[in-house]
Amino acid sequence: MTVFSFLFYLFAAMAVVSALAMVLNVRNTVAAALSLVVTMISLAAIYVLMEAHLVGAIQIMVYAGAIVVLFLFVVMLLNLRQDAFAPGRQWLVKSGAALVGLLIGAQLVRLLATPLPVAPPLPEGFGGYRAVGIALYTDYVLLVEMASLLLLAAIVGALILAKRKIE
Amino acid sequence: MPIEELIKTAVILGVVVGALAPVITWIERKQSAMMQDRIGANRADIAGITVLGLLHPLADVVKLFTKEDFIPQGANRVMHTIAPLIAALPAIIAYGVIPFGGVYMFGDYELSLAVADPDWGILYIFAIASIATYGTVLGGWSSNNNWSLLGAMRASAQMISYEVTMGLSIVGILMVFQTLSLVTIGVEQDTTMRVFGFVDRLFGVPLPAFLDWVRIPAWGIFYQPLAFVMFLACMMAENKRPPFDMPEGESEIIAGFFLEYSGMRFGLFYMSEFIQVVVIAGLMTALFLGGWTIPYLSTETIIGGVGSVFGTGFATGLCILLHFGSFMIKVLVMIWLQMALRWTLPRFRYDQVMDLCWKMILPLSIVNILVTGAVMLAARS
Repeated sequence: MTVFSFLFYLFAAMAVVSALAMVLNVRNTVAAALSLVVTMISLAAIYVLMEAHLVGAIQIMVYAGAIVVLFLFVVMLLNLRQDAFAPGRQWLVKSGAALVGLLIGAQLVRLLATPLPVAPPLPEGFGGYRAVGIALYTDYVLLVEMASLLLLAAIVGALILAKRKIE
Repeated sequence: MPIEELIKTAVILGVVVGALAPVITWIERKQSAMMQDRIGANRADIAGITVLGLLHPLADVVKLFTKEDFIPQGANRVMHTIAPLIAALPAIIAYGVIPFGGVYMFGDYELSLAVADPDWGILYIFAIASIATYGTVLGGWSSNNNWSLLGAMRASAQMISYEVTMGLSIVGILMVFQTLSLVTIGVEQDTTMRVFGFVDRLFGVPLPAFLDWVRIPAWGIFYQPLAFVMFLACMMAENKRPPFDMPEGESEIIAGFFLEYSGMRFGLFYMSEFIQVVVIAGLMTALFLGGWTIPYLSTETIIGGVGSVFGTGFATGLCILLHFGSFMIKVLVMIWLQMALRWTLPRFRYDQVMDLCWKMILPLSIVNILVTGAVMLAARS
């Protein structure tokens, strides 16, 4: 086994285990959020192994470093108790999860049955900040601008909600 | 080659974590004592020998290791135990990409004095820095203490805010050097530039030839002076030392997020701040102060000049020593600057810290990016 495939399986296993830990830990919200961080970091490591350095770094910076910190922030402020989760719809969520799991499992079995095609060699600089930046600001510039407009609208909306006087 | 990487890692860990971080706790005491007209740390002694108070870091470590390791009642034991590790580790592994020397050729053998030189080095540092928030937040939350929780809340808000501006304030430098690799940025700074070069580059006015001799080192700080100030402020705010020590506050929330920590676990929080001081100094040096380079004396000049008399191998070895010395001097200057700021400025209020980030540094760094882009476009055409 090469170093590459060893690292890949290591981080893939970490990602799966920590994702499971997140879902199963749903009553202990802080532990769940931390498991999510481990999932994010493992995914970032897999991206880096696949030469997508920029996506890997952004995965850690944005998801692990900012978004999950905000989750933690909210979770700690709310200080959720065990009884905050009503037992009412649990069966719905659980059967839905089982269905999705079954579908993914079937897909996995189907994929593993056929030999995987050999990937063509990557072009020079693939997945680096240069290639991604040039693609984003030439071919996909309209989508980037639309996404930024959407975020701007979200910021303005949040400001208006925060400024609203509390009766 | 793994052996080479291991040696480089050992050098970094030995110099920075083993030697420099304890010594700068001494520098901080001595410098604050001088600034406040005190004598300062001078009591710790072995058989009456005090060595200018240099034994104080040793006394600290002995004290911290022998103290009771206290976990408060109702605390989350696992989180309380690992939080200091999460706080200290990112500070240490951030060194992995900071170069303490350039790239040298010994015949066909290439020696690079950075543990790793990824093409995306600065992104690595930002990614690592964003993980450090968890140590602080978890330490505060797991202690089961309201003051700690308040400190953790303040820390997470402050650190997330300054991560944004930390990234944006440095974009100007990346535009000037056209790379994210810290080694390449260092190599680019190993030259000089004309002080009045902008006159003919931007306005097309020819200059008298003698003005070509008026040169300064092509360091980041001369291209981007505003970015230097803004980035230093952001990094210091990320480090949470005074004047940005919102997560602590003796009169409001006591010691904040590490209130319930004692012994070496407290020591890890305490050391991680000092290790980060060295990271900041190293990063500022690499980006703005020419890294390992020596002003007006490029690598080719040293190796060519000395090599013609004593041979290239000797010249390259000498060059490595000179560059390492140059890097360490610059790092020490940046550490001194941070200590001087820490003991000069009064503590900010919380709203002032947030205003500085969102209303001052953020707009200024966006303006800086626009102006840099406009000037580069004009100089190229």
